[in-house]
Amino acid sequence: MRGFTHTRWLTGAAAVVLMATGCGGGASGAADGGMLTSSWGDPQNPLEPANTNEVQGGKVLDMVFRGLKRYDPRTGEAQNMLARSIDTTDSRHYTVRLRDGWTFSNGEKVTARSFTDAWNYGASLRNKQKNAYFFGYIEGYDQVHPEMGGQHADTLSGLKVVDDHTFTVTLNQKFSGFPDTLGYAAFAPLPRAFFTDHAGWLKTPVGNGPYAIESYTKGSQMTLRKWNGYPGGDKALNDGVILKVYTDSNTAYTDLMAGNLDLADDIPAAQLKNVRTDLGDRYINTPAGIIQTLAFPYYDQRWNRPGMEKVRTGLSMAINRDQITKTIFQRTRTPATDWTSPVLGADGGFKAGLCGRACTYDPAAAKRLVRQGGGIPGGSLRLTYNADTGSHRDWIDAVCNSINHALGDDNACVGNPVGTFADFRNQMAQHKMSGPFRAGWQMDYPLIQNFLQPLYFTGASSNDGQWTNSEFDELVDRANAETDPAKSVATFQQAEEVVRDNMAAIPLWYQNGNAGYSQRLTGVALNPFSVPVYNEIKVS
Amino acid sequence: MGRYVVRRLLQMVPVFVGATLLIFLMVNVMGDPIAGLCGERQCDAATAAQLRSEFGLDQPLWQQYATYMGNVFTGDFGTAFNGQPVTELMAAAFPVTVRLTIVAILFELVVGISLGVLTGLSRGRPVDTGVLLLTLVVISVPTFVTGLVLQLLLGVEWGWIKPSVSPQAPFDELIVPGLVLASVSLAYVTRLTRTSIAENRRSDYVRTAVAKGLPRRRVVVRHLLRTSLIPVVTFIGTDIGALMGGAIVTERIFNIHGVGFQLYQGILRQNTQTVVGFVTVLVLVFLVANLLVDLLYAVLDPRIRYA
Repeated sequence: MRGFTHTRWLTGAAAVVLMATGCGGGASGAADGGMLTSSWGDPQNPLEPANTNEVQGGKVLDMVFRGLKRYDPRTGEAQNMLARSIDTTDSRHYTVRLRDGWTFSNGEKVTARSFTDAWNYGASLRNKQKNAYFFGYIEGYDQVHPEMGGQHADTLSGLKVVDDHTFTVTLNQKFSGFPDTLGYAAFAPLPRAFFTDHAGWLKTPVGNGPYAIESYTKGSQMTLRKWNGYPGGDKALNDGVILKVYTDSNTAYTDLMAGNLDLADDIPAAQLKNVRTDLGDRYINTPAGIIQTLAFPYYDQRWNRPGMEKVRTGLSMAINRDQITKTIFQRTRTPATDWTSPVLGADGGFKAGLCGRACTYDPAAAKRLVRQGGGIPGGSLRLTYNADTGSHRDWIDAVCNSINHALGDDNACVGNPVGTFADFRNQMAQHKMSGPFRAGWQMDYPLIQNFLQPLYFTGASSNDGQWTNSEFDELVDRANAETDPAKSVATFQQAEEVVRDNMAAIPLWYQNGNAGYSQRLTGVALNPFSVPVYNEIKVS
Repeated sequence: MGRYVVRRLLQMVPVFVGATLLIFLMVNVMGDPIAGLCGERQCDAATAAQLRSEFGLDQPLWQQYATYMGNVFTGDFGTAFNGQPVTELMAAAFPVTVRLTIVAILFELVVGISLGVLTGLSRGRPVDTGVLLLTLVVISVPTFVTGLVLQLLLGVEWGWIKPSVSPQAPFDELIVPGLVLASVSLAYVTRLTRTSIAENRRSDYVRTAVAKGLPRRRVVVRHLLRTSLIPVVTFIGTDIGALMGGAIVTERIFNIHGVGFQLYQGILRQNTQTVVGFVTVLVLVFLVANLLVDLLYAVLDPRIRYA
């Protein structure tokens, strides 16, 4: 790299003189032949399946890996991929049988061990994997990943390899939805090279998906080529994808307009007004499994006393969701009427209107309820959010305006920006929130369980407000133990009604995935995780 | 002269230690960086503790700083949160920003000084007034406006350049970003040179040079410009550091993956190692640039002598 740059400087110095006239070379095509270029963000963590918890790294894992299950890009339904069958009789003991003929792109066979080794690695405390808790349902997790002190075991006792193509999983509790969680990237299989040459593997990760990584310049660019030996049914319809890191989605959009980029999957808020005229039907705006809510600090007694549910419901009714999603978000958000997401579908547990009147704008009722509940603690609401990313400031201000307007008090609500996301998370973890705070939730897998349990169950991983309700907890446990999927979903919805009656968190809106693409592409779509379905894109 | 250099080098040590300590404290005041690593959820306590000990965040601050400085002297700048050594990030980012800075400085030197000499010699004429007005406009318009407008016009509307710079960032792609980065300083350089030239034009040594019958060109370049450049050189010298550290806006607009990008990412992710590492190098750049400026004085103006 260094030697290379020195020679570049010399030639470059000559170029400065030559180019002083101001011609910077024409804007040539974005990529060669059947390759396409796509916008990307710098992944926050090393690219390991069990260590990647944000969309940008997940995007790559989705191209490079295939797991036991895969979520249908359109319906979100979990379908068998590498799994021939996942059987259980009691929702606790599962037998997984693998399909034959699958290999990693380096030729190594995908066996039962590829999975169990990967899961053991992911769960082990020693490896500091940020998604380790996904293995928390498997028996023996508390041994390899104890909450305190060192680990007592190297492997999960609930995982047993039977033969090359069979392994069994024992859970520490009944969880009928377990097989449907297995499409999540953390459960991907890993080749031997991952364990034997870890540093080398991280430089160019090797997986078993439709694409293989050709080169990876961290922080700048990744080139993925179609893997011709891919045995799955969802082969890539293009020759490859070049992911280019953009620091600012505005630049990506400008590049798309200039023909310098084929696909931008994050349309900046400032461009939403023009995007339809700029791109016409090459603009996609489809629902994703993301919901924005306002959570409350239940560790603060002022927010937790009896009667406060009236204040919370009143605040919910004071927010004009329809107007905010229209004016601020240009309809890239949909007013929420429950606590899940439309991508689940009615069968999966989405129930439009479950929130009922509590999510309908009604200033008069809002004012009345807040008064009945004893008013806003401290007289004024401080909505805390991180101001570094997204356009949180815009909508927080709009929500506050709406509340102030409805309550007829200009000082009822103010935004309380926090500089960085890390600091925001910090204050949350230290229970320093003095009032409601922004809480976004992007689903890990399309299950109603994933929208309720991590957020509202007592002591759950993302229950940042520390809400606790025994009736809710009981219903969730029952729903998880239920073997009939329809009954399980119905029980989860009952639990959701408990959330509603207490207004544990105010649902704001469902977020859509946004993308725009160049004329060279056809067949572009976003999956329910708002990630482009790369393998289905055709390049002309 | 030699003693002067040694004294200056020694003075750098406390400045260097103080500056890095300040940055270290500032980044640490922002709180626990591990909190932001697990996305929209809390890291589980055990994993967070492991990560904290990996990055040495579980030790008292003074010890963290001592360890850090100790490592820096052996060339180890620590590891960023994505598992990359900070030195690797530097090796990727600094060449890009240095190139960008070179382009910007060249603009300042060539365009800024030429315009300054031109206007300084023709004070009150239309050329002078025109350039003055132009520089006023450039100074008053924020960089991101200039940058976005140029990007839109040259990149999208006319298609002369690519709106974003490729990862390799060769010199030819950096001309427009360099101009944008230089724009405000360029205007200052023009005005500084102009004032300085206009002042010195009436000084005794210039009159003497003219009276001796030296050609006008020689008077301007050898006598007038040389002394007039002292304030300009001071300005450009400090500007080198400012350009490298302050390129965040320009680098963001044109998607240049340089120092500004790394610093921005580091601050967003509260990555102490990245931020302190990059700032440390920037502090060194500042110090060295300042030293060079002071040494240049003697070269430019023989009347200035150091003990």
